[in-house]
This record gives sequence, structure tokens and C-alpha cells, in this order.
Amino acid sequence: MILRLAVAALMAFMTLPTLVVIAVSFNPTAILSFPPAGFSLRWYENVITYPQFQRAAVNSLLVTGGAVAVVLPVGTLAALALERGRLRGRSVWTALLLSPLVVPGVAAGLGFLILAAALGLLRSRSVLIAAHVALVLPFVVRSVWVSVRNLDPALERAAASLGATPWRAFRRVTLPLLRPGLFAGLLFAVVVSVNEFVVSLFISNRVTEILPVAMFTYVVNYTDPTIAALSSLFIVTTFVVVWLADRYLNLSRVFLQH
Amino acid sequence: MELRGCTRDYGAVRAVDALDLAVHEGEFLALLGPSGCGKTTTLNLIAGFVEPTAGRILIDGEDVTGRPPHLRALGVVFQSYALFPHLSVRENVAFGLRERRVTAAEIERRVAEALELVRLDARGRQRPAELSGGMQQRVALARALVYRPRVLLLDEPLAALDKKLREEMRDELRAIQRSVGITTIFVTHDQAEALGLSDRIAVMSRGRIEQLGTPREIYERPVTRFVADFIGASSMLRGRAVAADRVVVTGGPPLRVQGGAALRAGEEVELAIRPERVRLAPGPGDNVLDARVEGLVYQGAQTEVTARLDDGQRVLAFVTEPTSVPLQLGQIVRLHLPADAFMVLA
Repeated sequence: MILRLAVAALMAFMTLPTLVVIAVSFNPTAILSFPPAGFSLRWYENVITYPQFQRAAVNSLLVTGGAVAVVLPVGTLAALALERGRLRGRSVWTALLLSPLVVPGVAAGLGFLILAAALGLLRSRSVLIAAHVALVLPFVVRSVWVSVRNLDPALERAAASLGATPWRAFRRVTLPLLRPGLFAGLLFAVVVSVNEFVVSLFISNRVTEILPVAMFTYVVNYTDPTIAALSSLFIVTTFVVVWLADRYLNLSRVFLQH
Repeated sequence: MELRGCTRDYGAVRAVDALDLAVHEGEFLALLGPSGCGKTTTLNLIAGFVEPTAGRILIDGEDVTGRPPHLRALGVVFQSYALFPHLSVRENVAFGLRERRVTAAEIERRVAEALELVRLDARGRQRPAELSGGMQQRVALARALVYRPRVLLLDEPLAALDKKLREEMRDELRAIQRSVGITTIFVTHDQAEALGLSDRIAVMSRGRIEQLGTPREIYERPVTRFVADFIGASSMLRGRAVAADRVVVTGGPPLRVQGGAALRAGEEVELAIRPERVRLAPGPGDNVLDARVEGLVYQGAQTEVTARLDDGQRVLAFVTEPTSVPLQLGQIVRLHLPADAFMVLA
């Protein structure tokens, strides 16, 4: 009984801020009051029609898409190399590739800013993509690595004995068996990249900024519930994606195996 | 299939040591030995999963040393079966045919044929995980045979099965191998399997072949102490030859030894004898030694008797039950060691 109450209290504590934001987003008036004074969808309309949000949404799509396109193959190769490769200093590589960036986001952001300035790339989305790759790589490597560790090396030998070239064995046996890890990695990469704020703030401008940065800029200037509406959209989307993934890809299996 | 002077080192460890082995066409050959004797490395050398440090590998007279495994056209059945878990039984079996760019119609025909051979025609659509261990084993066999490889390699294929199933699969394996007529090399540490299945056995120890011969030769005429000890149970007796066919073992009467090469008088020899050949003698006679009973293990059909000779050497005897007079510990018995039962070890 006490345990159950404790769990309920914990759940409430964790979800309450989120629920407050969603409630506030339906406010009919231009103040962030709680509880809401009525019900209205006007702030959702504002989110969709506000030009800077539209531009930022496109940027988010490009940056996250670009980062994922780079990080999935790179992360897969890294995971294979960690497990199979003849590596000097494997433990160092493992620690580096499996742990998320430990430096503060501000420091990392500053570093990317200085580098981008030196390379003359400050107006380009490619810096954002590069930064996001660095930030999500550990998540991808870790999830693929779990799948690689569960892979019986005899399967690739079997494929070779049956006449498959190394590339064909990879395509027909290794890659399909890494799929759960790849999906989990993809999911993590998307969630982390879409929500990334601190580093992105340093290296984007009004033209290249992604949604979280645009939201921050908006909050600095206005205090109406538009931002609550956009946040609610973020929350619901993330929740649905993770729920679907867990339901159809059995995420718990991917993460609980090791 | 032939290995010529094949050596394989892992760092400072020599897993396979200058191995020569020629396998006949259509033959079922067992590589038998304790773990770490180099038998699995030998199989991996043939399959191409590891390359020899020295020596050459020939298949059908063709030198395949250094050729990657996918170009060797061999069939391999792994100890863990290594079935592809994401493919159906049918797709598993079709794998090798697809890699050989066989037409779809031909694939369908030959997969059906192979599944029929291993009596799994009804299971084609299922995933390997849905099948029992014995069925998975048969899928692995069908997958390795369907593209008609030049040689079939089996790595402890029965080790993962329980005892009853193992015996069933052993007979089935042999029947399938006979009907297909494929040259087969079979790695095992189980002597009963090797004796029951193979045309010839290569007994391996420390990276070398100790003896190569038919199961009967290996069992009845082991040439080294290792083979005599590893295959079946044997008692070892040290003695000194006094004539071409006489050996004194305990200082007792000389024993007649028959069937081996002529001995030189004065030579130290080591004899081995199978426990099922040792008899209890009713009275004194030729090749009869006195011994004191030290151990009795009743096993129903027979009793395992451990007896010690005057000089401390031990002889194991299987005495068929029921015995006329029950044996007792400490009792002195007369052991008859027939002249033709002795094996002279190198």
C-alpha cells in the first residue's frame, strides 16, 4: 500500500509539470494562467501560422534528418568495430563512444561556435548537423552495440560457408539481425536531436534556428500561451512515437538484454 | 580432400601441428579427440574460417589454401546449428542456392527435395526457433546439403541434443550421408559416436593425428598409449620381452602375446588389454596371473572388477553377471589374459 502510494506520488511529481503546460495551452486569454480560464484553440492556430515557427520546423526536419542519415551508418560501423575490430585501446574507445558528451552543453556549444566561425560556416546548417551527429552518436552506438553483442558470430560463418561474400553476408544476415538496435538508435537520435537546445542556440541564427531555439526566442519576447501550445504538440508527438516504438519494436527487449 | 603438412599457431600455441590427412571420396571420417586436441581447428582450416600458418589444403586435387570460405563450396553444420533466426526454414535452406543464383523454380524444387530428405516438408514456413533441437539439426543438415557441396563438415552436430535424440539423429545422419554419398568429416569428442558412425577415425591429440584407421582397428589395435586409453577402457601393463612373443609382467610366468610385431628379447614393452577380454580363470594355466580384488562395481549385466597384481599394476575386468560365486573385496582371483587380447603399444 505504502509502496503503491509512493509510486503514485512519484508519477504525479514527474508528470505534473507536463500536464500543467498542456492545460495552460488551452487558455482563451493571452496570459499563462493556471488553472485555465476557459477553452480555446487559438494558440494552436497561432503556432501553425507563425512564420518563424514554420521556418524552424523545416530547419528541425533538415537538421535531424541530416544528422540521422549520417549517424546511423557511422554508429553501426562504430558498434561493429568496438565488438569485432582489432582495436588498440578498446576500453578507451568504448568509453568514448558509449557515453553521452560529458562536457556541459554551453562549453560544447562554444566550441562548435568557435570552430564554425573559423571555418566560415556560421550561416550554414551543416554545423548544426555536425553538432547533432556528435551529440546523438553515443545513443546510436550503444543501441546497435547491444544488438551486435547478441549476434552469434557462427551465423556469419554459416553465411560464408553457404557461398555468401562478406558483403552479401552483411546484407542478408548481419544487418537484418541488427534491426532492433538500429530502430532503437534511430528513435533515440530523433528524440535527442529534435529536443536539443543549448548547443544549437550557439550555432544557429534566425535563418537556421531549429524549433527549440525558436521557442526560446519566442518566450524571451512574448508571454502568451502559444509556447504552451507548441510544447504540448512536442510532448504528445514524443509520447506517441515512443509508445508506438515500444509497442511494435519491443524496446524493453533491446535494452534489458544486457 | 587432403591436408598436407598443415600447421596452425595461435600466438605461441600450436593448435594443429604439421598435419597430413587424406580423406577418400564418399568416406565418413571422424576427427576424434579430447577438447583442445586441434580437431575443431582442423575443421576450420578445411572450411577456410582460419588459414594455416604453414601447409596446403586440397579439395578434389585443387589447392584451396588462402581461398575464402564462400568460394570453397563446402557444406558446414555448426555445433549451435547457426540457423538464421530471421528467416523461415525454407529460406534458410534456400540460402546457399540464392547465393549461387539458381533460378526460382529450381530453388523451389530443390528446397522441397532437401526438406523431404530430412522429413521436414511440413515445416517450411516456420521459424527455426519454433522447432525442436532435433528438427533444427535436420534443417542445418538440409541447408548444408541442398547445393551439393563437395565435402560436408560436421562440428559436434549431436552434442547439443539429449541422449535419446542423439542416438536417433546418429542413425539418421548416417543414413542420409549414405544416400547422398557425400565425403563427410565429422568432429567429435564422443568415442561411441565416432565408432558407430565412421568409416575411419583419426584420433587426435596435441595437434597431431595419433592413429588413423577403421573403428575396429582403432579399438582393437591402438598403436599408442593415448589411443588405447582414450578409446574404451584399457588396462596398461609394463613388462619385459623375453622372446618374440613372450613378456614377463610381474616376475610371474611369461605371458604369451600374439598378433603384434615380433618383440626383441630384453626390450621394455607396454601392453594394453580391454576389460571385456579379461576372464576369471577356474585354475592355473597359460596366461593366468593372480591378483587381489580391490574394487567391485555392480552394473547389472556385468560387474567391473579392479584387481591389483603382485607388483602393484592394476587390471580392470568386466565380469558377466550372474557369477557362480559372488566376488568379494580382498579376495585373490586368477585372471586369464588371452594371448590375442594384448595390444602392444608404441
